[in-house]
Amino acid sequence: MKLLWFHLMPYTELPDDFREKNPSVWVDIDSGLFDPRRAHHMYNDFMDELEFASQWGFDGVCVNEHHSNGYGLMPSPNLIASTLARRTEDTAICVMGNSLALYNPPTRVAEEFAMLDCISGGRLIAGFPVGSPMDTCYAFGQNPSLLRPRYLEAHDLVMRAWTTPEPFAFNGRFNQQRYVNIWPRPIQDPHPPIWIPGGGSVETWQWCAKMDYVYSYLSYFGYKAGRRTVHGFWKEMDRLGKDRNPYRAGFLQFVGVAETARQAKELYREAAEYFYGRCLHVDSRFAAPPGYTTEATVRARVESQVVKAASKAIGRYDVAITFEEILDKGYVIVGTPDEVAARLRELALDLNIGQLMMLLQYGNMPKDLVAYNTKLFAEEVMPQISGLFDDEWENRWWPNPMPTQQRAVPQALPESLSQPSPGARLQ
Amino acid sequence: MTRGGAGGADGVGARTVEVNGRSCRVWEKGAGEPVGFLAGIGGLGGWTPFLDRLAERRRVIVPSLPGFPGAQGHDLLDTQLDWILAVQDLLEAAGLAGADLVGSSVGAALAADVAACGRGMVRRLVLIGPLGVFDEAEPIADVWAQRPGDLPGMVCAEPANFQAAVAAPEGEDAIEAQVLLLRAHEAAARLLWPLSDTGLARRLPRVRARVMLVWGEADRVVPFGYASRFSELLRGETRIERVPGAGHLAELDAPDDVAGRIHAFLDS
Repeated sequence: MKLLWFHLMPYTELPDDFREKNPSVWVDIDSGLFDPRRAHHMYNDFMDELEFASQWGFDGVCVNEHHSNGYGLMPSPNLIASTLARRTEDTAICVMGNSLALYNPPTRVAEEFAMLDCISGGRLIAGFPVGSPMDTCYAFGQNPSLLRPRYLEAHDLVMRAWTTPEPFAFNGRFNQQRYVNIWPRPIQDPHPPIWIPGGGSVETWQWCAKMDYVYSYLSYFGYKAGRRTVHGFWKEMDRLGKDRNPYRAGFLQFVGVAETARQAKELYREAAEYFYGRCLHVDSRFAAPPGYTTEATVRARVESQVVKAASKAIGRYDVAITFEEILDKGYVIVGTPDEVAARLRELALDLNIGQLMMLLQYGNMPKDLVAYNTKLFAEEVMPQISGLFDDEWENRWWPNPMPTQQRAVPQALPESLSQPSPGARLQ
Repeated sequence: MTRGGAGGADGVGARTVEVNGRSCRVWEKGAGEPVGFLAGIGGLGGWTPFLDRLAERRRVIVPSLPGFPGAQGHDLLDTQLDWILAVQDLLEAAGLAGADLVGSSVGAALAADVAACGRGMVRRLVLIGPLGVFDEAEPIADVWAQRPGDLPGMVCAEPANFQAAVAAPEGEDAIEAQVLLLRAHEAAARLLWPLSDTGLARRLPRVRARVMLVWGEADRVVPFGYASRFSELLRGETRIERVPGAGHLAELDAPDDVAGRIHAFLDS
């Protein structure tokens, strides 16, 4: 199985009374709480952490897009991905992703992803989320009733831009371009693997099956809460006659590893409570713009009391905020390397997940603890689970980069190059 | 025409007309000169006391806007031109071309646009708490960013009045009614997201009809300052009426008062 290291890039210094004094971490969060000079250090720490994860052998590093958000400091994940393309070697770079309907014209995404694929030597995983209501409809003012048709059209435009060799005219419902002819073009042929982060809508499952894309369920609520959704996904794949290749599915899980179980509980308490208490303090008035959820999904939710309860927990961010409850509900898996490996193995087998994304940094977790968590995971958990599924299934959704020996080696120019060589042409 | 179509309300006829190939419900009651009514946020689950008061002296015709309860086709409308043409087609099909027209909230934004774009389409125009114009200095409230349960108290002075207007008539499927209400909110959002500005301000000077602007004194959505803004942009004769005790959907909070003022205006 593939193990990917995911960074949300949360602002780590929200005040202790954030929850009491602020209505929301998202959309209308108080800009007075943002200190750009502190953010300078946060960004650089976060990028160090992603590079560290790459050095310790994680298969991929993941970044994502949020707007006006106190727990996600990446309005443009592509900026971070471009530094990772230079500073990492064999790790997949998973941009999870670009919310297609927010780019005008969407060929911007085709261009930037192609740049990332070129710079990284073909290591890009291209994520295409619809985007959350908070990001798309409120922070970016997109019409919720038009968001999905715009998203689907933008997807078609990007895919055609990547795969059509000659300039073409695109006459869409929302986008018209006379000359679509992107330069650069991606290294990966015909295009980078496509992963779709989604909630629990049946339409998204069906679309992923039809397009042969990875479906990634990015919930903050862990294995227990995600079971129903992921089992629903596989049931739908069965119905559609698709195989149970675990690499079709991605899942996000918070993890904390330590030498002893007791130590693990002590070490990760503060970061987990910071994340669920402050970072997920989202005003419910930004949860449900009319039209964002399709009528089919609304009907399913209204009709199923069980699903209704689950969607209520997620949609309204009715979240457990004490560490005991966080652990009890399975949002975060903490323990010794053997305990964590056992639980992740159980998760992977039960949910049939081949692409496991993990948050080993969350909330205000300090850099040394992030490094400890990452290194211990790499040394003692990774070997226990990384071989799962490998002999049974082919991962058709993984980057296919240029051979290592053919790739550029980023380096500073040596002093000797600052003088033209005798044969150089001077202008 | 079938009888009792509006949730069993007495004497209300119901039929459907087609706009862009999709069916739209048209209710009707009363006799006399026709007057049309385009509903506001949430649309109408059933016939209302306000419509009864209007129908005492007029033939009241109530076409449902695309996507509002009883009507489909909002998903076909991407641009303001699409909406204006759809409403023109709807009014014509309902028999309201050239008739007096009352619009509330969302319906008022469209009624004003139809009057501006097709000058013969509307005879006299009543706008109750119209949306469609946005002033940064005095922002309209964000009706689509409300906590669950807060919307009724935002659009009506008495929240129960909104709930009664959008509720499914007795015996009808409650789940379906919830889906229909969500769809009505989506249709309004599709037209007005994110600021409720449709560019109407640029077209209001084209209106030739006589206009009455009606504002609930307790309108928490569109500040009363917009009445003078509308009045300035409308170059013809304009009357402004404020309704005590009424919120944004003034006709739901104060049916007798609002209907009385409309009769007086249309008779004058």
